[in-house]
Amino acid sequence: MNGFEVKRKDLGDVSCLYIKGFLDAHTAPVFEEELQKLVDEKRFKIVVNFKDLCYISSAGLGVFMGFIEDIRENKGDIKLTNMTPKVFKVFDLLGFPSLYEIYDNEEEAIKKYNLAE
Amino acid sequence: MITLRKKRETFQLKVPSETKNLEIIRSFIYRTAIKAGFDSECASRIELSVDEACSNVIKHAYQMKTDNFIEINISIDKEKFVVTIIDQGKGFNPEKIELPDMMEYLAELRVGGLGIYLMKTLMDEVEYDIIPGKKNIVRMVKYFYALEE
Repeated sequence: MNGFEVKRKDLGDVSCLYIKGFLDAHTAPVFEEELQKLVDEKRFKIVVNFKDLCYISSAGLGVFMGFIEDIRENKGDIKLTNMTPKVFKVFDLLGFPSLYEIYDNEEEAIKKYNLAE
Repeated sequence: MITLRKKRETFQLKVPSETKNLEIIRSFIYRTAIKAGFDSECASRIELSVDEACSNVIKHAYQMKTDNFIEINISIDKEKFVVTIIDQGKGFNPEKIELPDMMEYLAELRVGGLGIYLMKTLMDEVEYDIIPGKKNIVRMVKYFYALEE
């Protein structure tokens, strides 16, 4: 089917990543590379929009875990939005909602960054 | 609705050990689970468990070498859906696998090792049969009765 795609949009100092398709052991390195680019550019305020993501496995969850410490140490965060119920269930099963802020939409996540300034 | 099944049905898929084939594996599992009578949520749970098991085979048993095969067998009878995953890669000692305490895992921002936790959480039974130097077998079971509760 459609594999995996990631698109980026920078809005001021916040970067939004739009992920689409399947995030599994095959596609996780593509997403990892995109997050690494943001870290290299010192853009630590990140929003990941899950609207078009239809599947996630632990390899995909692992990408978030691999970056979160470094990003938070640099006063940034990875905020998650627009998660489908199927993908949310996997996050929830592992207790990830206690570690990551999850919003209904991108605007709410961006507002949260702006309020914190 | 649960399909009334008088005799056992079996299905098989054998694919090269490459991560790009995980999509084919998932589709095979999900469609067969739906056909067997599971609802979409339950079929998704089995799909994710098998993805995790096969990702582990590719990464750990075959160490990302792509010239090997993963064999996936499904056996369905009136009470259960059984998935058996067989590889000829490097074995391991199942007794040494420790399931993470998720509270500690998240607090310490650990990375990796969630696959087996998911498999054990999502399936009713997970068993390993390691035959050193020959093959490794992971057997996972989902019972239909849970649907009737």
